[in-house]
Amino acid sequence: MSADHRFAPAAGLGVLATLRRGVQVSPQLVQGLGVTLLLAVVASLGKVLVPVAVQQTVDTGILAAGGPDVSRVTTLAGVAALGLLVGAACSAFVNVRLFRSSEAGLWTLRTRAFRHVHDLSVLTQNTERRGSLVSRVTSDVDTISLFVQWGGIMLLVSVLQIGVATVLMSVYSWQLTLLVWLGFVPLVVALRPLQKRVNARYTAVREQYGAMLGSISEAVVGAQTIRAYGVAARTQRRVDAAVVATRRAMIRAQNLVAVVFSSGVLVANLVLAVVVVAGTYLGIAGELTAGRLLAFLFLVQMFTGPVQQATEILNELQNATAGWRRVLGILETPVSVVDAGPAGVPSPRGAATVELRGVGFAYPDGPPVLHDVEVTVPAGASVAVVGATGSGKTTIARLVARLMDPTSGSVLLDGVDLRDVPLADLRRRVVLVPQEGFLFDGTVAENVAYGLRDADGAMPSPDDARVAEAIDALGLRPWVDELAGGLSAPVGQRGESLSAGERQLVALARAYLAAPDLLLLDEATSAVDPATEVRIARALEKLARGRSTLTIAHRLSTAEAADLVVVVEAGRVVEVGPHAGLVAQGGTYSAMHEAWVAQTR
Amino acid sequence: MALTGSAVRRAVTLMARGMRAHPGTYGLAIGTSAVFGAVTVGVSRVLGAVTDRVVVPALAGDAEARGDIWVAGLALVLVALTLSLSVAGRRVFAGKGYAMIQADHREAVTRQYLRLPMSWHRRHPTGQLLSNASADVEAATSIFNPLPFALGVVVMLAVAAVALFRTDVWLALAALVVLPLAIVANVVFQRHMSPAVGKAQQLRAEVADVAHESFEAALLVKALGTEHREEVRFADRAAQLRDANVRVGTVRALFDPVIDLLPSLGTLLVLVVGTVQVTEGRVETGDVVAAAYLLTLLAVPVRAFGWVLGEAPRALVGYDRISRVLDARGELPDGTTRWEPRGPGARVELRDVHLTVPGHTGPVELLRGVDLAVAPGRTVAVVGSTGAGKTTLVSLVSRLADPTTGAVLVDGIDLRQLAAADLTRHVAFVAQSTFVFEDTVRGNVTLADVGDPGSPTDDEVWDALRLAHVDDVVRALPGGLDAALGERGANLSGGQRQRLALARALVRRPRVLVLDDATSAVDPRIEQAILTGLRGAQGSPTVLLVAYRMSSVLLADEVVHVDGGLVVDRGTHAELLARDPGYRELATAYEQESARRAAERADEDATEVVEEHA
Repeated sequence: MSADHRFAPAAGLGVLATLRRGVQVSPQLVQGLGVTLLLAVVASLGKVLVPVAVQQTVDTGILAAGGPDVSRVTTLAGVAALGLLVGAACSAFVNVRLFRSSEAGLWTLRTRAFRHVHDLSVLTQNTERRGSLVSRVTSDVDTISLFVQWGGIMLLVSVLQIGVATVLMSVYSWQLTLLVWLGFVPLVVALRPLQKRVNARYTAVREQYGAMLGSISEAVVGAQTIRAYGVAARTQRRVDAAVVATRRAMIRAQNLVAVVFSSGVLVANLVLAVVVVAGTYLGIAGELTAGRLLAFLFLVQMFTGPVQQATEILNELQNATAGWRRVLGILETPVSVVDAGPAGVPSPRGAATVELRGVGFAYPDGPPVLHDVEVTVPAGASVAVVGATGSGKTTIARLVARLMDPTSGSVLLDGVDLRDVPLADLRRRVVLVPQEGFLFDGTVAENVAYGLRDADGAMPSPDDARVAEAIDALGLRPWVDELAGGLSAPVGQRGESLSAGERQLVALARAYLAAPDLLLLDEATSAVDPATEVRIARALEKLARGRSTLTIAHRLSTAEAADLVVVVEAGRVVEVGPHAGLVAQGGTYSAMHEAWVAQTR
Repeated sequence: MALTGSAVRRAVTLMARGMRAHPGTYGLAIGTSAVFGAVTVGVSRVLGAVTDRVVVPALAGDAEARGDIWVAGLALVLVALTLSLSVAGRRVFAGKGYAMIQADHREAVTRQYLRLPMSWHRRHPTGQLLSNASADVEAATSIFNPLPFALGVVVMLAVAAVALFRTDVWLALAALVVLPLAIVANVVFQRHMSPAVGKAQQLRAEVADVAHESFEAALLVKALGTEHREEVRFADRAAQLRDANVRVGTVRALFDPVIDLLPSLGTLLVLVVGTVQVTEGRVETGDVVAAAYLLTLLAVPVRAFGWVLGEAPRALVGYDRISRVLDARGELPDGTTRWEPRGPGARVELRDVHLTVPGHTGPVELLRGVDLAVAPGRTVAVVGSTGAGKTTLVSLVSRLADPTTGAVLVDGIDLRQLAAADLTRHVAFVAQSTFVFEDTVRGNVTLADVGDPGSPTDDEVWDALRLAHVDDVVRALPGGLDAALGERGANLSGGQRQRLALARALVRRPRVLVLDDATSAVDPRIEQAILTGLRGAQGSPTVLLVAYRMSSVLLADEVVHVDGGLVVDRGTHAELLARDPGYRELATAYEQESARRAAERADEDATEVVEEHA
């Protein structure tokens, strides 16, 4: 499969570029960041307040020259309590603001990624498992939330604290300050490659996680087959393997994170030891008084705290970018069926003429399945495409619906290359009904109503009178009346409470309501009983006056009724003409028809 | 599995269950965390001792102290090493425990997915089930992240509390007033948090569900050009999730600072009370300073428990959602009777089978007393209009559901008594729509792993593929049997998928073959060849065939006409054609239509002729 048709497994961006691109996609993440940062600084000042207040109270209140001073202690404690409350209020504000902005930003990211999946071509969509795609708009996004809610701002605050502590330390002793910074140099040097490895391990977690959801989704969607063949044990083994692989990846990532974080702890405490030893020697040399050295030791801890916090956040950042890249990877996956958009040639409603001119097609990395196909569907005509399975019939329908573009030649709608027709116009005018009609979990009426496409683009109401009209027009009333609940009968997951034939009936009614100028039926009644099929065909024929239809048929009753029959064999059009003419001609079609008549009577 | 009792009790049970499952890992995690607590107390002690005995005297000119400078440094280095090792240990073991409990939940949940019956699956959206195995498992285990730390640093709580009480009872009480306040704050928090988190987890599942369904419907969405509508649908639900998350965040945003604040306020209170006590002469000033220091130690476990309690509502909600899956019943109980079919075909019987399912407006009777006996080796076609109950009927033979009343038997054994392994070995069911696993061709046919006992050999697979007339397609794939089929077999055509599913059934050499309109996309001549090919030297399997094509029906020894959940007639094609008007309508629909069309054409031609003459 060529790279063009695959999902980008993840964006190929570095950490900073990922952040930049992430913010670009979700600008809400940084909205009001200045105010939030200010509040965060006040909040963290509140936290520093306690040790200072304790020290002050002890030094000037309890150990006061004239014995303990109760009123002074009370005042100081009161002021400190007030400061603490202000700090707490600020940190509550910070949290709320961050939750608001991050959730808003992640909503945008989710929604954009979701939309992009639908904008990709069918070929691209089919290269990734649905369960795995779902993980990209759900759990991968959730991975980001911890960092954007808490990490980002704390990283800034930590950096600020480190700066303030450095300034204060250097007031007491520039030599020791230099020493402290030097002490952290090895950590900073080691951190870069370590973070890279942390990132790789978190990325592995996200990948395993997506694969795990893919295999769980298979176990759920394939439930019937699994039961019918008694292969639950094997499926469980496969799911378990995916679960265990995820577990292993999580443990591997966590182990490395533990090492990185604890090496931060180690360095911080080693620096403390170095400062004690070096400070004492400096003191002996007369560079430092005992009081200053003790104060410096206190400040060192103000310095190492945020440094440790920062290493923790950097780890979290790696986790976030691992998820972020996968979501951004969706947005980076190119759309291979490009919408001409407003710049295209508008395609007004009305009976549609479709021409395939010298069309060839090959699936990515596959052999050509269509060669030089020439087909014309005149306006208002019904054309049937017949041929053995695997002859390329479905591909023709998919090309006319522009689910993909031909590899050579072109498909024209009213003389305009489909590539130049705005997709919105094309979808309005050309509707494909595939063989396996997908139904949403809902009622029959909701699924039929889904075909309604009013200008406002809103979800149509299942109570719309047109739903019942469509059912009647297609002669499906007797069937609906037999259903428990009639039109409000639930169809179940993917419509599985109905039989395949019933699903096709719903899909047809839905397509009928979509009212296209060209209806593409790809074996859309293959699972319906002959009597019903004939009834529907007749109804469609009556209703389709002025509309064009292109039917991919394996039951030749459809071909008999069509204005024109196109016979496809191994990707080539071998015969074209009206039914009677082709039968008289005595070629491929005539043989097919003869066999069919023999089978059906 | 479901937890009962008060929130606290449920939370405790939840944590205890998780840790009991991995006692070794959690023992180490809590142990290393306790070491961390002890060493944290140690750091200040050592630092204090170093300052008093080495640094200050050394600066004052004490030669002995000067000699000890390196010893002091070494002591600090040792403490640093122990501290960081304990941090690493706790992180490693806590992370391991967390990952292991998650995996346990996932294995348990997916086991249920594979065990529960189809009726349960139809009621539960795929996206919800995915969310149960992902977001809900994460929620249920969220509490295990801070847990070992909190339990380990209980040591600090104990050290601090004991030391406080030894100093002064009033000081201790002033310090410990923090604890009941923390509990009150937590009760308020739980009350607001639980519903908020419950809603958020439900919406999380719904967002996953909309995404899953919409992506499955991708082709339809494209065909109708309803991308925008789907986007709105997803964005709406995601916006609800966003708002629910903000609500959760707001509650948390208020709780966390309060828990952070309490120990600090406690410290200030101790200072005030302490000063009063000093002036009253009950304690020394040094005791107050010590108490203030002890409170900073106390703050660590209080905060840690704050994290645990902060995660509790989410964990309980997640766990409840998982429990709903784990506690679901209704799997069809496995029988114990073994079945060794003698002949190549088995006798299939349905005795007064009724099947009622709960419907939208009350129970719905899908089958209303079906009696049917099929002799071994016979091929029976089940014919009826769309929605007549054919699929329901034949799926009972594979025990995809049990009848509400009545019984289904093979070779005289009630399916409910039959060992499931024997049933699936000898009865093969091919559904209308083919499910293709993301696996190789071989894996999709054998549904077994290479080397599994009893898994078919490659030759047998090729035989089955040949019999299903799909061997040429497979041979053309890069890798042949090893060719990977994409999810749901996206790289095969409908007819190819159907024939692959046939091969999957045929490779098992079943005694009963149920084909539920499974040959609709297969060329009739090939279908005929397939059914003829089933006849082995010793005879053929019993075949139940749901079909619309008369060519398929004609391959059957006998036809059963089903309508409205009942067998309305049964006999040979010719017999039914002669006496059953409903069957006649189905069987002759195309013929009638062709005739009608021919007549119409003749009329049109006649009209044209008339017009030309006019």
